[in-house]
Amino acid sequence: MTPNPYLWLIPVLPLAGAAINGFFGRHSSKKAISTIALVFCGAAFLLALKIAFGFSSAAAPYYFDFAHWIRAGNFQADFSFYLDQLSLVMLLVVTGVGFLIHIYSVGYMWEDDGYYRFMSYLNLFMFFMLTLVLAKNYLLMFIGWEGVGLASYLLIGYWFTKDSAASAGKKAFIVNRIGDFGFLIALFLIIQHFGSLDFTRVFAAAQALPPETAGTGLLTSIGLLLMVGAAGKSAQIPLYVWLPDAMEGPTPVSALIHAATMVTAGVYMVARSHVIFERAPGAMTVVAVIGTLTALFAATIGIAQTDIKKVLAYSTISQLGYMFMACGVAAFSSGIFHLMTHAFFKGLLFLAAGSVIHGIGGEQDMRKMGGLRVYMPWTFLTMTIATFAIAGIPPLAGFFSKDEILWMAYSSPHGSWVFWLIGVVTAFITSFYMFRLWFMTFFGDYRGTAAHEEMGHSAGGHGSRAGAPAPHGHGHGEPHESPWVMLGPLVILAVLSFVGGWVGINHRFDLFLSPVFRSHAAFVQLKALTTQEVAQREAADQLELAFTGISVAVGLLGLYLAWLLYHKRLDLPEKIAASLGSLYRAVANKYYVDELYAVLFVNPIVEGSTAILWKGMDQGMIDATVNNGADSARHVSDNLRHMQSGNLRSYAGWVAAGGAVVIAYMIWMGVR
Amino acid sequence: MIPLSCYLVLSGILFVSGVLGFLIKRNIITIFMSIELMLNGVNLSFVAFAAHWHMLGNVHALSGQIFVFFVMVVAAAEAAVGLAIIIAVYRTRETLNVDQVNLLKL
Repeated sequence: MTPNPYLWLIPVLPLAGAAINGFFGRHSSKKAISTIALVFCGAAFLLALKIAFGFSSAAAPYYFDFAHWIRAGNFQADFSFYLDQLSLVMLLVVTGVGFLIHIYSVGYMWEDDGYYRFMSYLNLFMFFMLTLVLAKNYLLMFIGWEGVGLASYLLIGYWFTKDSAASAGKKAFIVNRIGDFGFLIALFLIIQHFGSLDFTRVFAAAQALPPETAGTGLLTSIGLLLMVGAAGKSAQIPLYVWLPDAMEGPTPVSALIHAATMVTAGVYMVARSHVIFERAPGAMTVVAVIGTLTALFAATIGIAQTDIKKVLAYSTISQLGYMFMACGVAAFSSGIFHLMTHAFFKGLLFLAAGSVIHGIGGEQDMRKMGGLRVYMPWTFLTMTIATFAIAGIPPLAGFFSKDEILWMAYSSPHGSWVFWLIGVVTAFITSFYMFRLWFMTFFGDYRGTAAHEEMGHSAGGHGSRAGAPAPHGHGHGEPHESPWVMLGPLVILAVLSFVGGWVGINHRFDLFLSPVFRSHAAFVQLKALTTQEVAQREAADQLELAFTGISVAVGLLGLYLAWLLYHKRLDLPEKIAASLGSLYRAVANKYYVDELYAVLFVNPIVEGSTAILWKGMDQGMIDATVNNGADSARHVSDNLRHMQSGNLRSYAGWVAAGGAVVIAYMIWMGVR
Repeated sequence: MIPLSCYLVLSGILFVSGVLGFLIKRNIITIFMSIELMLNGVNLSFVAFAAHWHMLGNVHALSGQIFVFFVMVVAAAEAAVGLAIIIAVYRTRETLNVDQVNLLKL
């Protein structure tokens, strides 16, 4: 444990930026707003880089106690920050990708009226996310956890005058609340049994407990409840429904919060709590099953979506499922590895999609795109890299992390061939829908112009409906390439999406994280091997190679199928859709999950609240009590008011009557 | 020797006529005189009681008499202030009818 007095500055810098822009931004010029937002966010990034270069595994973990917070009896929770290998990875991803997206936002949001508000919210998000990542105890982590939820709500509903955006924000907030409920109960259990929320103390106490057998006990309950929280924040079954709707927010927000950073907070939290999960195999299995099912489920929905951002949203849910699958088979470092590469390529995909949307005037429907590689070559190039990366084509980033997860899903002591098989199928579907998006957007002929003329584009109808920044000063006859302030981040992220996976070669990423996780792979590497074990390892290596071949093959198969259906034989998709009939409709309608939830949960709650709580309790009892009380008081006063007539003789009469009453009373008492 | 009860009855009659006058009359001067009547009705009972106790042998029972002087002094002061107020009211409203003087502000 080494103190590092700079740690607290990293989250506080963006907070300062948010405060300055939030309080004074309304009257500042856009240049000043951009400068402040970028300087404070960039300073946090530079500081993170400085700390990363000074990072030494021997000295780790670093910590810094900023201030006392809660001291009650033996319980204490402070504003303390903590930096180990795990939080360092998260720190660099959050500040790095976050800073790039800040730059991109300057170009993307420049025309928007609420520019200062947007920049302030983005900085605020950075503050909470960094608090979450750097917290030394669960309570401070929870502050960040709730804070990113708040920032997410504010940014989803950023165009709050639009009804769908406002309700999408509410939906995200409420669904997250369900998850937070589980998280909170887990924290209460931890306080109850370990008397502390500090990571080091909780994990030391949990380490002393024996692993729990099948599905019972304290650690299993804590693990399951933490997973409820993670499922809410990271959009896993059954709480994933908010993320597709969250695409109502501006595209940089989708990239930063709903792809690269915030939604991975659940993965980070599970990985952070690995000590608890490792001793609760039942909870681990649940994590793996939820992750695997979510990966497959969301990927299948992604096939039939036509909104470019919705495809990416379901893809994000699916990739998050991979990360949970990795965590569920105790391959935490693989999960974090995928988290990092995913932040690069999914952030890039969203930003490139935003560039496409920006370039054709706010249209998000892929059926109205096509042929855009001619109009926007840089966007096409970067998007291509990202698409190949997510499809798992070597040597791009996604290949390494996804392959590692699939291998661990099979070979880990907690793994099973079922996880692997579903993972491979999902990889195939992922590759298919990503290349479908790629072909539909960039190849063929541009299908948007006719639609534009029909719609009478001058009204900006597309933009306000689709949710992208509508008010462009210029007309949109031709798609055009985005400005360099937007392309710059795309190029940097493209480079990262290309080379980002190379840190995983020879398990180097695993080894770097091994002090945190003491992972399986690291132990295998570090201990001296007997001949028998060497033979086993060689056999395993060959199997791993075969598995790698399979996952690359399914990636290429997806590419071929997408090419066949969406480039070569454009008539085929409709025929297939028609022949599948109700199955296709179910997929296109997201398996009717939203409708199911509406029938099962939303409507009963809304109707029950209306009938019982609102009309019955609030209006019938609480309002009635107050109103009747006030009414009767007014009636009495109305009558008593007539005593105060201003008539002197009536006053005298009252005095005389009062005197008479007193005298009568005294006489009566005297008689008795 | 006139018994105490006679004094008290007279005192009561005086007080009640004062009260009735106060309630019935509209003219402020008359009301003012009714107040004096009530005060003097009370004074009469004070004096009557004082004399009664003195006669029963309590030579120091003078508080009733002394109280009457207090009441007289206060009544004189009140008369001075009250008449001044009446003059002021008459100057501003040109009436002495209390039923028409039911607002403090003009």
